[in-house]
Amino acid sequence: MTTAIEVTDLAKTFKGKREVRALDGVSFAVEPGTVFGLLGPNGSGKTTAVRVLTTILRPDGGSARVLGNDVVKKAALVRTLIGLAGQYAAVDENLTGRENLQMVGNLNHLPGSVVSTRTVELLEQFNLADAGDRPLKTYSGGMRRRLDLAAALVARPSVLFLDEPTTGLDPQSRNDLWEVIETLVGGGTTVLLTTQYLEEADRLASTLAVIDHGHVIAEGTPESMKADLGATVLEVGLATIDDARRTGTLLDALGPHEPLVNGTLVEVTVDEGPQTAMLALRALDNDGITPTAFKLREPSLDDVFLSLTGHRTESEGEDADADLTPRQRRRKKRLADVEQVLPVATGEYS
Amino acid sequence: MTTATVAPTVSRAPHSTGVLANLRWLVKDTLTLTRRNILAVTRIPEALFFSTVQPIMFVLLFRYVFGGAIHTSAASYVDYLMPGIFVQTVAFGSVSTSIGLADDLQKGIIERFRALPMSRGAVLLGRTTADLLRNIFVIIVMTVVGLLVGFRPTTGVLYYLAGIGVILFFAYALSWFFAIVGLSAPNSETAQVMSFPLIFPLTFVSAAFVPVSSMPSWMQGFATYQPVSVVVSACRCLMIGAKAANTGHSTSFWVVQALLWTVGLLILFIPIAINRYRTRT
Repeated sequence: MTTAIEVTDLAKTFKGKREVRALDGVSFAVEPGTVFGLLGPNGSGKTTAVRVLTTILRPDGGSARVLGNDVVKKAALVRTLIGLAGQYAAVDENLTGRENLQMVGNLNHLPGSVVSTRTVELLEQFNLADAGDRPLKTYSGGMRRRLDLAAALVARPSVLFLDEPTTGLDPQSRNDLWEVIETLVGGGTTVLLTTQYLEEADRLASTLAVIDHGHVIAEGTPESMKADLGATVLEVGLATIDDARRTGTLLDALGPHEPLVNGTLVEVTVDEGPQTAMLALRALDNDGITPTAFKLREPSLDDVFLSLTGHRTESEGEDADADLTPRQRRRKKRLADVEQVLPVATGEYS
Repeated sequence: MTTATVAPTVSRAPHSTGVLANLRWLVKDTLTLTRRNILAVTRIPEALFFSTVQPIMFVLLFRYVFGGAIHTSAASYVDYLMPGIFVQTVAFGSVSTSIGLADDLQKGIIERFRALPMSRGAVLLGRTTADLLRNIFVIIVMTVVGLLVGFRPTTGVLYYLAGIGVILFFAYALSWFFAIVGLSAPNSETAQVMSFPLIFPLTFVSAAFVPVSSMPSWMQGFATYQPVSVVVSACRCLMIGAKAANTGHSTSFWVVQALLWTVGLLILFIPIAINRYRTRT
């Protein structure tokens, strides 16, 4: 069977005040009927890769094929095979949900009867039937994303590109969207998903590539990556730097992973969360150290990066997002701020 | 072709690649997007309403405030004024092409269009066609306003419609110019503030509101023969007759020039706009 997506040494540089190598020799392959997760922080090159693969952007070097067709030489054909749902919910504000789907159906050159039936089907499937004839101004963020995804599916694409499909959504909407994507994959669609959330990649993707500064820095199944990383992160906050240093030494003795001491915060990845937590508290108590904070959480993308590259995901500001418009950049910044206020924690004991 | 492995799951209309088939899709996709752009206008009726308020204010301002002080060798000032108002209205209206395109780029909807198997030219054609239809509506409103304030075209319906045709054709060419502006602007707000300084001098340093002979002599050459003035003069001759318009030239002199300008601007701007659309990432 043909590989669904094949990317070889893909390169793209944005010229501007400062040159940004958004893609610097990226290669990966996606098998048909699977979900491939492209994981990376803002500005790592994920969106650029999707834009090249969906024929929106011409690469400077390397090649990309969708179902065996070169995205530059056979762009017109590739466009008949793919669907794209972007992180910016590119649906038309001034139209109703139904009109949006009809427009995309018509522009896909589907026969009129197919456009009508697909529109009804998709509105039903995405729980938008009641809202179908309302203008988008009345839609919530989650409804827009669902409509955006529905629009990408009008022509039943063989390969679907989802660029950060849940960024900025509340947990409930995120869960709903995940369920929809899972159903799709059950139906045999190949999906390339970009995300900043390890949790999302873990839930949806069967294969992952971690991308940073336009390079693929790791590839594998979510399981293998988590095995490398440890299943859980133990975070201990201390009153003084001296306490933190001593805690670091204590935690080091508890498992194979080396703790990271950062000011008064100590972090260590552990394989058996609750058990290690118990041991850690006992060890601290024995030494007369009282932690100010103590929590177990799932490893974040940050932790993946730390273990893969030795550096954290930097917030790279404007240069990293050179391919975005100023408004998109501001929006991204806002979304990032919201995420910092609402960290996803698996368990917290203070 | 090695693509036979791909079984289409939706029965697409047969995708032949002949010139005729491509042209057919171009027309169909253009209609789809024209409809979409017109729907957007009808969804915000306030915007359409206020886009006619400004030209009406210009009519009232020049008709009743400045008009008394402006001396034209033509017939009554209101007959002199209205063709100028029509051209000014569509010229300002064509700015909406730049705003609409910049807005579509900004909101990411053009990203979606680029990933669809639609005709490449349809985005720009659909936008300019919708703006043409909008201009037709506004011209009808302004005609009624003109008649209400005493505008009396004397040449008959056919000549009047010919005048409207010249104006709309010219406005269509301007739309392509503003398409370039919209494709070059970082967002719709900037597109708007970029557009007005370009259109303002052309409409006011012209024969639209005052006789060119009242301007300093160094300005008169430009003010007489720049495209907005040529179109205004052509319309004035078509609507109230060459004699009453008193431009010093015949009707056909101005109409031919107006059409030449318009065709020339289209030949210049369409390729630039298409190229700008293709290369804008």
